Amino acid sequence: MTKDECKQVVLDIIADIAPDEDLSNVKPEVRLRDQMQLDSMDFLDIVMELRKRHGIEVPEKDYQQLASLDSCADYLTPKFDALTGKS
Amino acid sequence: MNTRSHYDVAIIGAGMSGLAAGIRLAHFGKKVCIFERHNAVGGLNSFYSIAGRKFDVGLHAMTNFVRPRVKGTPLGKLLRQLRIERDEFALCEQKQSRIAFGPRGECSLRFTNDFAVFESEVVAAFPAQADGFRRLVTAVRTFNDVSLDAAPMSAREAVRRHISDPLLEDMLFCPLMYYGSATERDMEFGQFVIMFKALFLEGFARPLEGVRVVLRVLLAKYRAAGGERRMKCGVKKISAHAGRASAVILDSGEEITADHVISSIGAPETDRLVAASAGEPTTAAPTLSFVETISILDRQPAGLGWGSDTIVFFNDSSRFDYVRPTEQVDPRSGVICIPNNFDYGADRVLPEGIFRVTCLANYDGWASQPEADYQADKLRWFAEVQRSARRFLPPLVSDDALAAATLTTDMFTPRTITKFTGHLGGAIYGATVKHRQGRTSLDNLYLCGTDQGFLGIVGAMLSGISMANYHILQKG
Repeated sequence: MTKDECKQVVLDIIADIAPDEDLSNVKPEVRLRDQMQLDSMDFLDIVMELRKRHGIEVPEKDYQQLASLDSCADYLTPKFDALTGKS
Repeated sequence: MNTRSHYDVAIIGAGMSGLAAGIRLAHFGKKVCIFERHNAVGGLNSFYSIAGRKFDVGLHAMTNFVRPRVKGTPLGKLLRQLRIERDEFALCEQKQSRIAFGPRGECSLRFTNDFAVFESEVVAAFPAQADGFRRLVTAVRTFNDVSLDAAPMSAREAVRRHISDPLLEDMLFCPLMYYGSATERDMEFGQFVIMFKALFLEGFARPLEGVRVVLRVLLAKYRAAGGERRMKCGVKKISAHAGRASAVILDSGEEITADHVISSIGAPETDRLVAASAGEPTTAAPTLSFVETISILDRQPAGLGWGSDTIVFFNDSSRFDYVRPTEQVDPRSGVICIPNNFDYGADRVLPEGIFRVTCLANYDGWASQPEADYQADKLRWFAEVQRSARRFLPPLVSDDALAAATLTTDMFTPRTITKFTGHLGGAIYGATVKHRQGRTSLDNLYLCGTDQGFLGIVGAMLSGISMANYHILQKG
């Protein structure tokens, strides 16, 4: 999976849990919290949707890795690749 | 173990909180079943039919209304957490509501879903309190009301730091207490803040078809997520083993096992289910209950001159006594609800006029009379409650105009509440002690709903959501 594909996975999840947010202009390097109204309940949902849809586990100590789209991609892409056997 | 009757989570009660908890859990793949003793969902916010006419119970108005794009409020959180689109609830805003105090409502404060209206009314009626009122509003806005472990504080004391006129103090407390307080005279400040935001800073709305719309949406989500539901299927006992709930026993005697049990039926009511097997003493029943009169009218209330007010909170006495009445009912204060007076849009009106009045009531005064006395008391208090409430609405053209327009009436009492919801003491707002973290005497048994302490319909749903998240989903 490319990092851009990984960012899209996260954006798709955010689009479902926060349909009232405009996602057309999300800056990948800026913290998600600073660009839209996402609280701890929403971040928990991103984590749980990753598990539900993709079988990706994010332990609580790593939640900060999901701060921005870029950090999501850095953190999650290897996990996706590990799942599909491409290390 | 029978695999068919084992669940990841068993939920007791299909009210707003139980359904919301169920949606969260089922959405994330938990095997969930909701057990409901009644044949209808909704619990304290339900509906029933008599002679083909549908009556709402509970819901006067959905509190916490904010317009689209206002974020970070309870309504927005709820919609996101349950994956509900705003439009599905089809909420229509109130026209205006009032707090009317004095023998004929001489002192009246209007409020709408625009907080500036309320603020200007307070400043006009209580100019000396204007600064204090603004300081109070700031204190409310900055208070962390979602903390699950805040230390309790008296709301009366907190409000008196800013407001020195007892009339204004009582006028602020009256709606907040009537729409959510299980405690007499005072509230916990965190609860005051939640209610102040829900009623004044946010506002009132309602779907044209009432609470049914909300319940229909919740049920559809729950079903789509794969949740199971068993109606007319009450739980009579929770078996405990080594500090954990090991099984729930249904009225039929059937035994259901579950890794977790969430009970929405109230803290003392849940204790009783546990004690039914352990034989321990049960906690005290709550103290406050209510009656409500419902009149169905052959015309829109506007035709009687009652077309402006959505909700009116009234009190005729020098102080507002939010206490368990010594008589069966205390008609001195109460809440008028006219569901027709929401802004449903052009050509969308309720088919009939509805006029509802709620007053404080004493459960014991209603609980054990013989049927004939009960019916006679209902008739007597119906007239008394309506007479009291009418003083706070515009005068009618003639004294019998309301009776002439009335097609039928109904009334619920504390006895009705206990009969249909199982809540002890006819309680609507639960027990006086709240359990913010939803913990009980058993490790894997949690509370949600009124006794967890989030208030109103939106609060009830958020309670189910938070407890499902906190105790089950966050733990993986």
